[in-house]
Amino acid sequence: MMTLKVNGRDHQVDAEADTPLLYVLRNDLALNAAKFGCGLGQCGSCTVIVDGKAVLSCVTPLVLVEGKQVTTLEGLGTVATPAPIQRAFMEEQAAQCGYCIAGMMMRAQALLMRNPKPSDAQIRAELEPNLCRCGTHMRILRAVHRAARLMDTADAASDRSIR
Amino acid sequence: MTAPVVLDRRSVLAGGGALIVSFSLRGAIAQEQKPQSPALPGSLAKSPNLDSWIRIDANGQVTAFTGKAELGQGFRTAFQQIAAEQLDIPFDALKVITADTKLTANEGYTSGSHSMQDSGTAILHAAAQARALLVAEAARRFDLPPDGLRTENAAVIAPDGRRLGYGELVASDMLHVQAQPTSSLKDPAGFKVMGQPVPRVDIPAKVTGGAAYVQDMRLPGMVHARVVRPPSYGAQFVECDTAAIEKMPGVIQIVRDGNFLAVVAEKEFSAVKAMHALAAAAKWRESAKLPNQHDLANVLTALPSQDFAILQRSDPTVSGARSLEATYTRPYQSHGSIGPSCAVAQFIDGAMTVWTHTQGVYPDRQAIAEMLGMAPASVRLIHVEGSGCYGHNGADDAAADAALIARALPGRPVRVQWMREQEHGWEPYGPAMVTKLSASLTADGKIADWNFAVWSNTHSMRPGGAGALLAAQHMARSFAVPAPKPLPLPEGGGDRNAIPIYNFPNAHVMHHFIPAMPLRISAMRALGAYHNVFSTESFMDELAALAGADPVEFRLRHLDDQRGRAVVVKAAEEFGWTRGQQPPRNRGYGFAFARYKNLAAYCAIASEVEVDRETGRARLVRAVAAVDAGQVVNPDGITNQIEGAIVQSTSWTLYESVTFDETRITSIDWQTYPILRFNAVPDSIAVHIINRPGQPFLGSGETGQGPAAASLANAIAHATGKRLRDLPLSRKRIKDAIDA
Ligand code: FES
Ligand code: FES
Repeated sequence: MMTLKVNGRDHQVDAEADTPLLYVLRNDLALNAAKFGCGLGQCGSCTVIVDGKAVLSCVTPLVLVEGKQVTTLEGLGTVATPAPIQRAFMEEQAAQCGYCIAGMMMRAQALLMRNPKPSDAQIRAELEPNLCRCGTHMRILRAVHRAARLMDTADAASDRSIR
Repeated sequence: MTAPVVLDRRSVLAGGGALIVSFSLRGAIAQEQKPQSPALPGSLAKSPNLDSWIRIDANGQVTAFTGKAELGQGFRTAFQQIAAEQLDIPFDALKVITADTKLTANEGYTSGSHSMQDSGTAILHAAAQARALLVAEAARRFDLPPDGLRTENAAVIAPDGRRLGYGELVASDMLHVQAQPTSSLKDPAGFKVMGQPVPRVDIPAKVTGGAAYVQDMRLPGMVHARVVRPPSYGAQFVECDTAAIEKMPGVIQIVRDGNFLAVVAEKEFSAVKAMHALAAAAKWRESAKLPNQHDLANVLTALPSQDFAILQRSDPTVSGARSLEATYTRPYQSHGSIGPSCAVAQFIDGAMTVWTHTQGVYPDRQAIAEMLGMAPASVRLIHVEGSGCYGHNGADDAAADAALIARALPGRPVRVQWMREQEHGWEPYGPAMVTKLSASLTADGKIADWNFAVWSNTHSMRPGGAGALLAAQHMARSFAVPAPKPLPLPEGGGDRNAIPIYNFPNAHVMHHFIPAMPLRISAMRALGAYHNVFSTESFMDELAALAGADPVEFRLRHLDDQRGRAVVVKAAEEFGWTRGQQPPRNRGYGFAFARYKNLAAYCAIASEVEVDRETGRARLVRAVAAVDAGQVVNPDGITNQIEGAIVQSTSWTLYESVTFDETRITSIDWQTYPILRFNAVPDSIAVHIINRPGQPFLGSGETGQGPAAASLANAIAHATGKRLRDLPLSRKRIKDAIDA
């Protein structure tokens, strides 16, 4: 048994220490967003955020995330109360099959947390490890730009409410 | 039956007064039925009853049924728009049920950009005719002529304000009637839902971690299986010491049947570890002799072929002087789904249920039933979305794997997830192809004589019988791979789009169909059209250069089809195409056009590329497309498909080929089979849709693949002055051409 912090909650997990985080998220915690794409660290569909950084959960053994904060797409928001990045992907209709999209969103989210106003070149460079086979790239880029704008206005709104 | 089902038949039948005759009661017979009235539109020709498509419950709930599978093209949303529009129901109030052998019509495969033409058209007419029946019933009850009644918000309304909801109007058999050949469709000018960029219904779950894919299914008691495939085609199982593996933690069972080998475990990662151990322990005798991948064109054209002259047009009064010939080649290419194939199967009380991302629940059911020696009626296939497939990937095989393993563990739902290497190594590839073209020009710069010959395998080895499935090929009582057949024209397979749309006075097209299949192949998005359009449209540019003509003007010179001309002109205008334009240094402009299958959507694409002369790296900078897909249901859906087609085709065209040595496939992951990444994504893609209100729907899912490839090749030729005719147009090939 070990304790895993996922989306702000502690979970007791009974899994072997070498189990990749991806399998624990998907099976033990029944979270759908992180996807199995290659299991080899080559495609990014399993991307989650660990302590603020985008991480490939398929090649991250469970022992390495003990005590760290793991965030998956489920932890950002819901259909009813979407996070800015989720709203942006909905508004841009940035999916075809959508299988790669959760990974794309998590990597983009990690970028926006670190750099709220990335340039187009920075977004492209950041998303380089993630593959999309449907060719949804143009929409993904537009959605990340939109998410940056939404976060900006959301911050401005909450700043106002504080004052 | 404890497995969750999408819709329980009994509860449907029990819903008092509900308007449906259970499909499963008629389904088996309906499949056998000959088309009763070939004049019926779309898939109504095969499943003519209105209640195969539209159901209205006594509580007013309206459901549209389609035998097609949502593959990420977004047509679940489009169908919902069509039914909502024609029935005057709020979009959100309508449900759509997709491919399920227990509930929906048999619409064969979801392929060939047919969904809108077949199923969309059936739903359009069924919905319109259902509305007419509801209005007629209301007229009877109001004792008013039907002409004065209108429909709104799921109710029929009389001029005096009286209203009757659809739920009140339905009688148990009202929609269990044959469709009529014609319907009174709404005037497109009054459309409220059709033609609008309605947001896709599946996207909210996909961006919030909702269960959206077969990969996300977790049934009670579900176990995890992994298959160990042979190392190469035709390899025979020799032996495997499984004693230690059976004792690995969590391992439930090892399933072996001839050359079929799999392991089942309680937890997924235990199955993965056991799979690796099993793969290391298994000994195989390999015998495959794969062709020389560097000499594919000669290998293919030397294989025995069946030759078909598919176009012979002569006009002895026209002959050409200056002539040109060229050979174009395409390698084997992978579908390369981002999520490897997956399926869940459960075998209870002699009945098998399989949840699968197959493109054809009925044909795949037939094949799985045959493999298991079961009656098709005892096998149910339910489509659940998977990762985008772009044709026949590992979906059907994974479904068969799951069924074969589940039979060995009665009662327990079994989830089979293919590994990356398995998808890349065992999927049926898009076939390699060779085309040889020659043409001559008249003195006034028109094509006098056009000759086109294509060498290709079939482009579909989809399950007809069990022999199409890997598991069935590998099991001890093995099923032979069925004999391949050329796909019939006018749609064609290897010869899809081999017949030119242009008006040439003399034209000869040969299809050399090659039955022998050195690699496992099947349908990949656009089939032969990808290479045939690449060849035709590259050659058009070569001939335009010979004629000293502008490529766009040269195409228009030979194009009579008015809708074709319109997309060519639109794409050129929006791109800012001008005759003799000079691009910036190391850049080039390219143009290409096709009508998919010569009968589906029209697409013209203008491209700008940038070529690094030092490295040979080519990058698509921008693309402008014009599309005519007939009556538009969801413009954003079409735009999304075309944007995706351009990016995907760019990846195929610049980077992709399956690699192999004498015995084994060697492109088995994303390192050995690289595809386009964000650093190669264009600056912009613009899609301009020419809407044709009232015209038939024309499928647009595959129309972009060929034009995108040729447009890119033409732009590279423009930028470098060198013509590349062998796909992919790799960095090395471009660099070698520049240096030559
Ligand atoms: S699944 Fe983790 S990188 Fe591909
Ligand atoms: S949307 Fe299908 S893989 Fe990206």
